Amino acid sequence: MKALRWHGKHDIRCDSVPDPEIEHPRDAIIKVTSCAICGSDLHLYDGFMPGMKSGDIIGHEFMGEVMEVGSENRKLKVGDRVVVPFTIICGECDQCRRSNFSVCERTNRNKKMGDTAFGHTTAGLFGYTHLTGGYPGGQAEFVRVPYADVAPVKIPNGLTDEQVLFLGDILPTGWQAAVQCDIEPTDTVAIWGAGPVGQFAIRSAIMLGARQVVAIDNVPERLSMAAASGAITINFDEESVIERLNELTGGKGPEKCIDAVGMEAHATATLDSMYDRAKQAVMLETDRPHVLREIFYVCRPAGTVSVPGVYGGLLDKMPFGMAMNKGLTIRMGQTHVNRWTDDLLERIQQGQIDPSFVITHTARLEDGPALYETFKHKHDGCIKVVLKP
Amino acid sequence: MHGVDIHTQRAYERKAARARSMARGLGYFSIGLGLAELFAPQVFTRFLGLHDRETLVRSYGLREIGTGLGVLSSADPSSWIWGRVGGDALDLATLSLGMDHDNPQRDNVVLAAVAVGGITALDLYCAQELDASRRVSQAPDYSRRTGFPRGLGASRGVAAEMAHVMRPRFVTDPPRVTPRTLASAR
Ligand SMILES: NC(=O)c1ccc[n+]([C@@H]2O[C@H](COP(=O)([O-])OP(=O)(O)OC[C@H]3O[C@@H](n4cnc5c(N)ncnc54)[C@H](O)[C@@H]3O)[C@@H](O)[C@H]2O)c1
Ligand SMILES: [Zn+2]
Ligand SMILES: [Zn+2]
Repeated sequence: MKALRWHGKHDIRCDSVPDPEIEHPRDAIIKVTSCAICGSDLHLYDGFMPGMKSGDIIGHEFMGEVMEVGSENRKLKVGDRVVVPFTIICGECDQCRRSNFSVCERTNRNKKMGDTAFGHTTAGLFGYTHLTGGYPGGQAEFVRVPYADVAPVKIPNGLTDEQVLFLGDILPTGWQAAVQCDIEPTDTVAIWGAGPVGQFAIRSAIMLGARQVVAIDNVPERLSMAAASGAITINFDEESVIERLNELTGGKGPEKCIDAVGMEAHATATLDSMYDRAKQAVMLETDRPHVLREIFYVCRPAGTVSVPGVYGGLLDKMPFGMAMNKGLTIRMGQTHVNRWTDDLLERIQQGQIDPSFVITHTARLEDGPALYETFKHKHDGCIKVVLKP
Repeated sequence: MHGVDIHTQRAYERKAARARSMARGLGYFSIGLGLAELFAPQVFTRFLGLHDRETLVRSYGLREIGTGLGVLSSADPSSWIWGRVGGDALDLATLSLGMDHDNPQRDNVVLAAVAVGGITALDLYCAQELDASRRVSQAPDYSRRTGFPRGLGASRGVAAEMAHVMRPRFVTDPPRVTPRTLASAR
């Protein structure tokens, strides 16, 4: 089959590889009909996530048709149409029983590595470093889905791939980011990053009833898409983020702040982000926490900071004293996808939200490597790429 | 720009106006310098010790006047300003001819190179600002991609019942908690 494989920094190729096979009776093999490139894939592409090996099949947003099921799998039938969450879950461990799916205790087959890296292992993830199991990913024609009798979401007829594909990652990610904010009808929710995750966080905050939603980015068309759903926009190249946010909140700062940017925050004109770039270049820190610093500074005391943006390792010069003294609540994590999928699928069916609005580019799997470039550099108005194997 | 906040819109307009007026300044400068080169080339060649290069300087003068007129007459002068950046490089290359140690005017050549370097930086900055403004005005129109099939009005708060499902169990609404001391003070 064909699959996109990571061969090193900025080196992704569409290779021919052996088809996957059932390895465990609970497995299923999925024929991928649509998959997407995620901002998290860019962290791999740019070589910022540790634990990748040359030849790894990447991709963790995918859906398709069940081709084959293992003998013990009673949930799926050949021919079922499913969206596969990027978090692999057992459904039985202590964490799964508490719906803390992204920290499932059993699905990371490199548990030792996970324990060493994080103190305690987190869940296995598709196409995402050997620290989280090194499972072959979904930017491929076929995928083996482990524990396939738990997470895959069956899709009823009448919905297109484009409407449901993002149930596996970025829709619940934006949603959880907003739900974690515990939004009150009087709240201003400020969202850094108007990429796909930010776009869904914006829609979620609106649906959850925020008084005012503010989107911060420097890419004009991303801000235009943010404004389409009722967000107030701030272009950080042209406007002072801190000043505008204070203006919009009577000088008090937003109650709720969401970091939908993560570890590759762009250097803005400020000195501290230049400092981060320099340190990252010589490997003294791995992540650029410019956005988090700004959030700690501008967030209203006793406010909540929600972090769906991915960080990989060490952050430097974090004004933690500021966060402590202001009594901020910080909530973060990889998304507990299955906690939200049933509810969100229903909302899609009812027409409350149609996630396909975010797709700007659709192409063949073979075009994947070129589209990584397009997506990374935001060329051609690119916001979200869907590939059709 | 499509649909963005009025403040952001104004910031875009300010940026574009700044870049355009800077380009105009560079355009006039180009014409002024070009006229001088065209009609008094010997001033330049003498100052720089580049004897017998009057024709070359005249031709540079024509180039400067041409780009200057281009900048001033064009609705989107970005490519003309990039042209100026190229011309700056040519000027610097020509000046390097005068860097020979046997040129008695060598110090003047260094001075001129520094000046051209400064102008090059301005040209580069201006060209980039113009391109950035163009990127804004030519950005694709996503202002109708609401994601809300029922419209924005019907979507505000449509999922309000989910807003607090992740509230930590012991965090209650602050107003409901009245510290006893505070209650007795009232
Ligand atoms: N928690 C999860 O489970 C989960 C799931 C999916 C994605 N993610 C993460 O979410 C983040 C965003 O993903 P995406 O797909 O939207 O990626 P993206 O790269 O398309 O979006 C990031 C956006 O942030 C903007 N940005 C950069 N620097 C900024 C700054 N200083 N201030 C404001 N905005 C800035 C960029 O212009 C870009 O539009 C990534 O870190 C990704 O790894 C997390
Ligand atoms: Zn993702
Ligand atoms: Zn589990």
